[in-house]
This record gives sequence, structure tokens and C-alpha cells, in this order.
Amino acid sequence: MTAILQIVFDALSLGSIYALGALGIALIFGVMRLVNFAHGDYISFCVFAMLVPSTDAMSEMFLGSLPTVVLVPVILLIGAGVSVLSEIVVFRRLRDANPATMMIASFALGFILKHFLLMLFSSRPKSINLWPDLSLPVEILGARLPLLQLIAIGITIIILVALSAFLKQTRFGLEMRAAAENFTMARMLGVKANRVILIAFAISGMLAASIGLLLAAQTGTADIQMGVSVMLVAFIATVIGGLGSLAGAVVAGYLIGAASVLMQVILPLEARPFRDAFVYAAVIACLIWRPQGLFAPKSAKQRV
Amino acid sequence: MNAHRSVLARTVSTPALLILLLLAIALVAKLFGSGPFERTVTELFIRIVLVVGLYIFIGNSGVMSFGHVGFMCLGAYGTAWLTIPPAMKKFALTGLPDFILQHQAPIALSLVLSPLLAAVFALLIGRILMRLAGIAASIATFAMLAVINTVYSNWETVTGATSSVVGIPMKTGVWLSFGGALFAVIVGYGYGISRYGLALRSARDEAIAAAASGVDIERQRLIAFVISAFVIGVAGVLYAHFLGVVNPDAFYLNLTFISLAMLVVGGMNSLSGAVIGVVAISAMIEILRALEKGIPVGEAMLAIPNGVQEIAIGIAMIVILIFRPSGLMRNRELRWSRWPFERTSENK
Repeated sequence: MTAILQIVFDALSLGSIYALGALGIALIFGVMRLVNFAHGDYISFCVFAMLVPSTDAMSEMFLGSLPTVVLVPVILLIGAGVSVLSEIVVFRRLRDANPATMMIASFALGFILKHFLLMLFSSRPKSINLWPDLSLPVEILGARLPLLQLIAIGITIIILVALSAFLKQTRFGLEMRAAAENFTMARMLGVKANRVILIAFAISGMLAASIGLLLAAQTGTADIQMGVSVMLVAFIATVIGGLGSLAGAVVAGYLIGAASVLMQVILPLEARPFRDAFVYAAVIACLIWRPQGLFAPKSAKQRV
Repeated sequence: MNAHRSVLARTVSTPALLILLLLAIALVAKLFGSGPFERTVTELFIRIVLVVGLYIFIGNSGVMSFGHVGFMCLGAYGTAWLTIPPAMKKFALTGLPDFILQHQAPIALSLVLSPLLAAVFALLIGRILMRLAGIAASIATFAMLAVINTVYSNWETVTGATSSVVGIPMKTGVWLSFGGALFAVIVGYGYGISRYGLALRSARDEAIAAAASGVDIERQRLIAFVISAFVIGVAGVLYAHFLGVVNPDAFYLNLTFISLAMLVVGGMNSLSGAVIGVVAISAMIEILRALEKGIPVGEAMLAIPNGVQEIAIGIAMIVILIFRPSGLMRNRELRWSRWPFERTSENK
């Protein structure tokens, strides 16, 4: 029983990270058909913004030394800022380009961000000591769980609820959903394209920042590669969930998290190093089964 | 204007021009170059093989693939299995079949067999993947790459896991890699003007009309997938014999993205775009690397700080894409329709 509980919480906390990432990618894809490969580098950028630039293995806190109540909003703002800036400087100029061109531009942007961080911090992973009190274990129904895992799950749920309230209840949310459904039609009905896209980028950047905070606290390391691996899984989750469907992206994020944790437990010992191969094979199987995604919106259905 | 062009001009001039360009680069490297410059040019040719291989599938089908570097991995490890001297294989790669362990194949044989392995793998997995279209197909190809990478990074006895496999004869020089590039350009162009290439491009531009005209899209994609896997397998073999070591992480995300970037910056719908993209980006990288090392200005050495090179490449790519969203070649082919192809009024 406690073992099962442990697995459930592991799956939920890993899935939370993937779900937040998938949501950030799906938001941008919804409004401008851009697969934003720079998203992972936004995550790394937010993590490294907490540190003093140096090439040592031990890190000194820079923004990270701020009290939590200030730190969290500041990092969220940085995430939103990087994301909005990239839209204004790069993606706005590529509005009419084909998706492949935009995707490669986003990759080039991520490349720039990554090498900017490499220049300041070197490629060595650094230890980062964020909220050490939270890694103490707590006991729930006999299972010992790190408090942080529970907080991560809780925060993700709060973010998801807040975001869905924003999308359902506010005017901006309505505009964004309309734009995701049919961008041309939404513009004709008075939705301002630039404003909707900017808001989408800002929210997406804040989601990246929150992933950065959660990852930094959970793993205790700051690694330039950390964002990219999350981004890739998140990207897969958006496609499996059905491109354009935000709820689908979240569910698929949790599903991939659960699949990874479950396979770690179920697979025989000698096959365990190959876990990722099984996860990705499952991804292919899932795509063959439902190419349009698990929760494809009506607008994505091919008519012929 | 097209009516006045001879058939020869339309069919031969593009590959001829590209080959002349590559030949000029090879000659410059051989005649004037130093050792390091020859290595740079060799690497350039290997990248051309890779990117032309990508073009054969992506350019003609319009489906973005993130997985093709996996075929390069198959080719490179294939040649490692075949060509490492038995004395070394016995200890490093104990899981290989006895026949392979006890024999050593010449590179010429490996240049056929190892890409064939990649092509056969592509045929098997392509039968499943080619059912998909659009972004789902892209993700599926990426998943394929991730599976290949995970297997090769963990299969201790056969691939040496994440540690490098050493002892591959270092035979790839300027001329061998030029031969590879020549092969890639000819195969890429020949496929492009064959009925299969035409059918696949028609499906890319108007899937429904093509299907209604009897094009079996799945089958056409599969043909392109297998051919491109073979060409990229050749790139893998050349690369393995260039470096002398192979490592699974050399064939993962970084290479995937840089090769896709070369293709898109050049213009992903034309063969000339694929070649020009590689040449342009490689040239930029080399110039910036040279700047990083420093150039003498009078007495002092003027150098840009380390790491600026990559940032500048990224910025240059974005700027090119902003001003030329369909790539440097704008999806057109290089053409030459004057002498000796011109049609004068006498032979009309």
C-alpha cells in the first residue's frame, strides 16, 4: 500500500513538471502555430537567474538570496520577460513564415540563450540550495514523502485551476481560446492579434519560470541541459494530447510522467536502463493509434 | 522563358553546378590548405551528405523529421562493428556475433553494408511511421531517435554504452568525403526528378489532389525515407572513419538541430538549398572560430571572447530567416541555361 502510494506521488510530481511544460508549449502553439524550442532554455534561464555568474561548481545566490515572497514573483517576471522579449524581437517578424522556419528560428533563439548561459556559468552543473527546509520527509498513510513533492503537486494544481479560471472567466482568456480555435476568424471579430500573442507568451514564460523553481528546489542542481529535457517531453505531451487542446496537453503530461515512473517499477531489472526506449516506443504506439492526439479539438480534424 | 531552355539545361545543370562548387572547395583544400583546413573541408562534405539525406525526405515530403540523425548513428556503429581490427573488438565489444568478431571488413564493403543496415531499419520502422502525417510524424521520428539513442547508450556489450568505441581506421580524407558528397548530390537529384520524387512532391503540395490522381502517399514517403536513411548512413560511415571514435551522444539533439538549421537556412525545398545552407553556415562557423582564436592587427591580437561564436551563429540564423523565410535559395535550384545549353535559332 505504501509502495503504491509512493509510486502515485512520484508519478504525480514528475507529471506536474511535464504538464506545466506542455501547457506552456501548447499555449503558444495554439495562438500562432509555433513550436517553441526555446521554451526549455527559458526554464534554464530562470534557474540561472538566481545565481551569481561564475564558473565554479559551488554557486553563490544572487536573486536566490531574496526572501521567498519576493523571489517567486521576481523569477516569474523574469520568465515572462524573456518570453515576451523573444516574441517582440524574433517571432513577430516571422508571423507569415511557414512553421518549419519559425521552429528553426525558435531553436536558434534557444541556442543563443544556452550559449549565453554557458559563457557566464560554464557547462558544469552547480549545486543550488533553494528552500532546504522543504526537502524534509513527511509521513502520509505510512509513506515517507518529501514535503517538496507534495508542494510541487499542490502548486501545479493551483496553477492549473488559476489558469483555467483565467481562460474561462476573463475577456483575455476568451480571446485566447477564440484565437486558438481559429485565429483568422478571431481577428475578424475584433481580437487584437499582437495583444493575445503577447499575453500567451507572458503566461508561457511564467509557466517556464515555475518549472524552473520547482526543478531547482527538487533536484538541488542547476544544469544548463535541465530545461531542454523537460521541453522535449512536454513537446511530445502536447502532440499526444492533441495539438491545440490545453486540457489534452496537461493530461498527456501527467500520462507520460506516470508511464515513466510505472515502467521504472514494472520493467525487469535488466531492461530498466532501456526504460526511455520503452516510453518512446509507447509514444509511437500512441501516435499510431490516435494520430490527431488523445483529445483533439474539433478544429484540428481533417475534413477530407 | 522555360520553353527556351533545353531539356539538358533543366536536368543536368543543377547537379553539375553543385558538383563543380564542391570540386572547387575540394581543390582549394588540397592545393592551398593546411592540415586543419583539410579537416574542416572533410567535415563540410560529411555534413553535406547528411543534410542532402535530410533533404531527400524532408524537402520532398514536407514532413519535418527529427529522427534522421539516428540513421547516422546506425551507419557509424555499423562500420565500427565491421572495420575495427579483431584484436581490439574482442575486448571492447564482446556481444557481437563470432563471425563479425573474427573478421575485419574493408571500408569499401562497409560503405555499402552499414548504410544498408540503416536503410533496412528505415524500411521496417518506416512502414509504421509513414502512416502518420504532419507534426505527429515529426514527433514519431523524434521518438525513434530517442529509442535508438537509449539503446545504443545502454547496450554495454555491443555498443560499449556511453563510452566511446575506439579503433576505427581513420581513412576519411578530403577525396573520400568529396566522393560521399558527390554520391549524395547525384542520388538526391536523381530521386528528385524521378517519378517517385515527383509523386512525393505532388503529395507535399496538394495531398488530396495527389491521392486522387493515384499517388500512394504512404508508399512514396516510405521510398524517400529508405533512400534518405541510406544516404545518411553513408554520412555516418564517413564520420566514423573521420573521427576514429564513435559515441552515441554525437548523434543526438545537437547534430539533429544543427543539420535541420542548415537545411532550413539554405531552403528546405531544394537540393541547392541543402548544399548552400551547409556551405554558408559552415563558412560562418569557421570564420567566427578564426576570430575567436584571434587575428593579428598590427602588433596586437584581436579576438572575440569565447562563446561569442555560437551566439553570433544563432543571431545570424535568425536574421537570415527573418529576411529570407524560405531560405537562402528561396526554394529554387541553381540553374545555368547559357552556354553550352543555350538554344540558338539555328537548331530550332
